[in-house]
Amino acid sequence: MTAAPIRRRPPGPPRGRQGAAPLGVPGWVVALGAVGAAFVLLPLLAVVLRVNWAEFVPLVTSRSSLDALGLSLRTSLTATVLCVIVGVPMAVMLARTDFWGQRVLRSLVLLPLVLPPVVGGIALLYTFGRRGLLGQSFEALGVSIAFSTTAVVLAQTFVALPFLVLSLEGALRSVGTRFEAVGATLGARPTTVLRRITLPLVLPAVLSGAVLSFARALGEFGATLTFAGSLQGVTRTLPLEIYLQRESDPDAAVALSLVLVVVAVIVVAVAHRVGESSGRRLRGSGS
Amino acid sequence: MGIRRAAVAVLALASLALAGCTATDTGGDAAGTTEDGALTGSVAVFAAASLEDSFTELARRFEEENPGVCVQLTFAGSSDLVTQLVEGAPADVFASADERTMATLTDEGLIGAGATLDFASNTLVIVTPPDDPGGVGGLTDLASDDVRTVVCAPQVPCGAATTVLQSAAGVDIAPVSEESSVTDVLGKVTSGEADAGLVYATDALAAGDAVRTIEVPEAGEAVNVYPIAPLADAANPAAARAFVDLVTGEYGRDVLASAGFGSP
Repeated sequence: MTAAPIRRRPPGPPRGRQGAAPLGVPGWVVALGAVGAAFVLLPLLAVVLRVNWAEFVPLVTSRSSLDALGLSLRTSLTATVLCVIVGVPMAVMLARTDFWGQRVLRSLVLLPLVLPPVVGGIALLYTFGRRGLLGQSFEALGVSIAFSTTAVVLAQTFVALPFLVLSLEGALRSVGTRFEAVGATLGARPTTVLRRITLPLVLPAVLSGAVLSFARALGEFGATLTFAGSLQGVTRTLPLEIYLQRESDPDAAVALSLVLVVVAVIVVAVAHRVGESSGRRLRGSGS
Repeated sequence: MGIRRAAVAVLALASLALAGCTATDTGGDAAGTTEDGALTGSVAVFAAASLEDSFTELARRFEEENPGVCVQLTFAGSSDLVTQLVEGAPADVFASADERTMATLTDEGLIGAGATLDFASNTLVIVTPPDDPGGVGGLTDLASDDVRTVVCAPQVPCGAATTVLQSAAGVDIAPVSEESSVTDVLGKVTSGEADAGLVYATDALAAGDAVRTIEVPEAGEAVNVYPIAPLADAANPAAARAFVDLVTGEYGRDVLASAGFGSP
């Protein structure tokens, strides 16, 4: 059985679901796929089965739970905005320019993807901590990052950034430079080309990358625990609250876990919608 | 329930395989004694994280005294261990860092009523970085906003002790962080992020020169007592009993005292 060359997205506007021809899938692929799906879904089901529904509402609406949920949403959103602001230029730089050491740089900036979050937390500590590389200068200026909400956002941005850069860089490469070249020969300046041609072409990838980053930031635990600490309303995000509640009140931990799962499902669903509708718009107006 | 138990057992077996105990039992079942009364098999000990150094030494001694027995040690936060035991993890002995977590197991019927023995105690001390950036002299200094203090969250044993200590001393600490474990508190102090932290005397002793330690006069009001007990359904009750005897005996007390534990 030879695999057809896989190109998820051909050059030009993204293809919709209806464009794909129906293909026969071997039975063993379906069987293994079902095992994989069960492996992901069963643990989620196990959580749902353990929820104490009689106590569910009071548990998730307690002061500490709401503080943690609010803080998580605020910090994850801020981290996502930061990821877009610096991540889009990073992806453009990696996909559209050629410079010495680019390959090495690409592997290094994607490192947080494979780095254990605790290691990320230690690295951030030695950078922005009170006795860290930059932290000492900040401290001299009277700015203290340790134990602040800023530290949470930094930890989340650190772990979430590669998700946006990776998905956007891939999209930029597969879209190709044809339209950009045409724009440039017609006299458009680089910023105009980026704004009017490049970014609209890869908008779905920017959005899905941002959603991935948001989801990763929402689940951030290890780096936050190591670097930012844990205080209600300031640094104790939902994952940290779950970890702590588990010590004394497993029912609360399970209830909050379910909240986190539901938030994640909503985020993924919204992302899918946004990605599809922007893709359709592009197809309608494009070429 | 059956599937969950099986899954836990598989995970436990996997961790046993990783632990790689070298003593081989004389064959047959894992539990029991030979004809001449010597203990055989293996004994699984679940112990609070703060006991790691002392219990590693005690297990070495136990295997020396009982060449036929292999001790499998598992260290984690007491609450974590209780969760694992309630979910069916196989263990012969459980040593906890406070009476509250032990009570959960007696309530669940996993440990017989009256089977627990108190074997050690731990008190809180103040630790600061060696250069003492906050100028901390005692507990009252921790109430100042200028001193960045890190403590354990009230939900975990060391945090419960911290709450008792604060009310006993009449001091209201405003911490910059409430950590989930005493090792996290210690880490924030040794890295210099925090000016001060409240940790167990044993943790401060183990940290050595990385911290400066200040005794708290009121610490006697907030003593954490460590209980130990054999599990009711221990696979190797004879060896479990013998291990508890070693910990609560004279040798055990000496090892624990040198690690900074107080008497129960």
